[in-house]
Amino acid sequence: MASLELRNIVKRYKSQTVLDDLSLTVADGETLVLFGPSGAGKTVLLRLVAGVIDPDEGKILIGGEDMTDLDAEFRGVGMAFQNFALFPHMTAFDNIATPLQAKHSSQGTITTGVESVAKLLKIGHVLSHKPRALSNGQKQRTALARALVGSPPVLLLDDPLRNVDAKLRFEMRLELPRLLADRGATVIYVTQDYKEAMALGDRIAVMSQGVVKQLGTPEQIYREPANVEIARLFGDPTINLLDVKPSRDAKGIYVGLSNVQVHLAGAHEAAVGRDCVIGLRPEALAFVDEGTPGAIPVTVEAETPLNEKIVTLVRTVRGREILVSRPSGTPGQSEGRAHIAVDSKSAVLFDRASGERIGSKNVVNLRSGEAA
Amino acid sequence: MEHTSLLERILRGIALALVVIFFMFPIVWILMMSFQTNETILRIPPQLVFEPTLANYTALITGKLMTAAGTLDIAFMRNLWNSVFLSVTSVAVALLLGVPAAYAFARHKFRGSEDIAFTLLSFRFAPALLVLLPLTLYFQKLGLANTYIGLIWVYQLICLPLILWIVRGYFEDIPADIEYAYRIAGHSWFATFRKIALPLAGPGIAAAGLLAFIFAWNNFVFALVLASADKQPVTVGALAFITSSGIQYGQISAAIVLSITPTLALALYAQRYLVEGLSLGAVKG
Repeated sequence: MASLELRNIVKRYKSQTVLDDLSLTVADGETLVLFGPSGAGKTVLLRLVAGVIDPDEGKILIGGEDMTDLDAEFRGVGMAFQNFALFPHMTAFDNIATPLQAKHSSQGTITTGVESVAKLLKIGHVLSHKPRALSNGQKQRTALARALVGSPPVLLLDDPLRNVDAKLRFEMRLELPRLLADRGATVIYVTQDYKEAMALGDRIAVMSQGVVKQLGTPEQIYREPANVEIARLFGDPTINLLDVKPSRDAKGIYVGLSNVQVHLAGAHEAAVGRDCVIGLRPEALAFVDEGTPGAIPVTVEAETPLNEKIVTLVRTVRGREILVSRPSGTPGQSEGRAHIAVDSKSAVLFDRASGERIGSKNVVNLRSGEAA
Repeated sequence: MEHTSLLERILRGIALALVVIFFMFPIVWILMMSFQTNETILRIPPQLVFEPTLANYTALITGKLMTAAGTLDIAFMRNLWNSVFLSVTSVAVALLLGVPAAYAFARHKFRGSEDIAFTLLSFRFAPALLVLLPLTLYFQKLGLANTYIGLIWVYQLICLPLILWIVRGYFEDIPADIEYAYRIAGHSWFATFRKIALPLAGPGIAAAGLLAFIFAWNNFVFALVLASADKQPVTVGALAFITSSGIQYGQISAAIVLSITPTLALALYAQRYLVEGLSLGAVKG
């Protein structure tokens, strides 16, 4: 179908730089998730690709063709908006039909096209309704149907699940990947929900203040976040971040946690002797019996059962609070004194001053977002 | 509590009654006068009970005004037609020019766009009398004095800024995303204007058009100076009732009733749009 390439895009509004020299490539048929806090420039980026706003500098290529100066209607992209942007004076059918009408398709083709995509998205029964009479979920599906109906080679989805209820969001999170894969379209998907990002993305681009901070597979972003900020954004419960100063002894590099030396697996040479923050995923911690090597004594403060998992808040002897997550039904402790051990393979170290990850051999800090 | 609320209700009732009497009295009085002869109107003290006559209306419609000094020809029906023609045409021209301009001002920020929009609005600030003298001289030079085209042109001073500024607000209220969505679907900007922007701003355009119509209809001074008898609207034509043999109050009242009827009917019909259109956004929900 079509790959998508952004080259050195700069977009300013008045004196504010919204996108700062951003380059990004999305392969043909790939789903790239743009993830980041509001104001990171995600939506602006989508609109640039769609052609409704123009970049101040840089080029936009779709399928290898320079589209930078082309108006929106000639780019052949489909887009679903966060606020749905349905045409309030048209029925759902007419809303969905607009991309086909623009191609001057015959009435029969339009009807077939609309009805098949409506069936796919389970809104066949509300096609005669105006947007006012649709529920939020139906509006969202109508907007999605409108984006899909013309089978555009490039699909831009701007946080389409933001304004729908939790149940529907969960359903759509399951449905969408298959839907997008079936279409074979190149997709840019914007979201602020890390679970959505992990579920839908072939790759995730984490954006902040107009630049891509990290680009990688969901696995990479989760395991090897480029900085403290990204580590904090992915994962629920959030990652434990503790101030440490790694040292070295005969057995390797270790950090002191509550007077216990915890040896770290993996390459952390660069961190020795520096002021660091260690990131420990709650699920990388486990309750162990006293006497286990590397066991850290803690006091259990509180326990929150979350159906499929149990999150326990514990306090170390130095008073630092740590979250431990374990699957329901596995042994643990719900009160009193306990011991925890660290799965040191998954530990990540960040520089305390800059927040950047240290000693990351396979994570490149991507200012311009070149492929890692 | 009960006591104050009762008092409140009584006071509110009185206040409302006063307001209604204050606003409705002139209209009711004029309606009554239009069915009376000059003698009964000028009777002192004024009487609420009288024998109604249709003489005033017949005089207006036939164009023959009976006065003590004899029969006088008046062109009231012609004036009424002029009013209708001038107002409708002016509003149509203003809509044709103003709506696309309003869209441009709402959607495209170009160099000097605010200045141009404000200049157009400022036409409404200038006192008409100040503009009239130079305008009359120009119109005489250009041969536009006493022509329909000239009058319609001058009426744009009234209609165009009104339509431009009201409709611009409506276009600005339409979320840009809705128009973007239509563009991305593959439609040109003109199709987007026609199929999305125009229908969504429809109530606003109707409201603005109606207001402009009322303003144009009620205009007096432009037509007084720039047009002669056969091109004058009712507002100016009503002067003919001040005759050498006295002021014809009965006919004036009848003329007023006839001349406010079209605007009143239009306003009543479009009241829903006016109130909705002027208070609520066009594309909520």
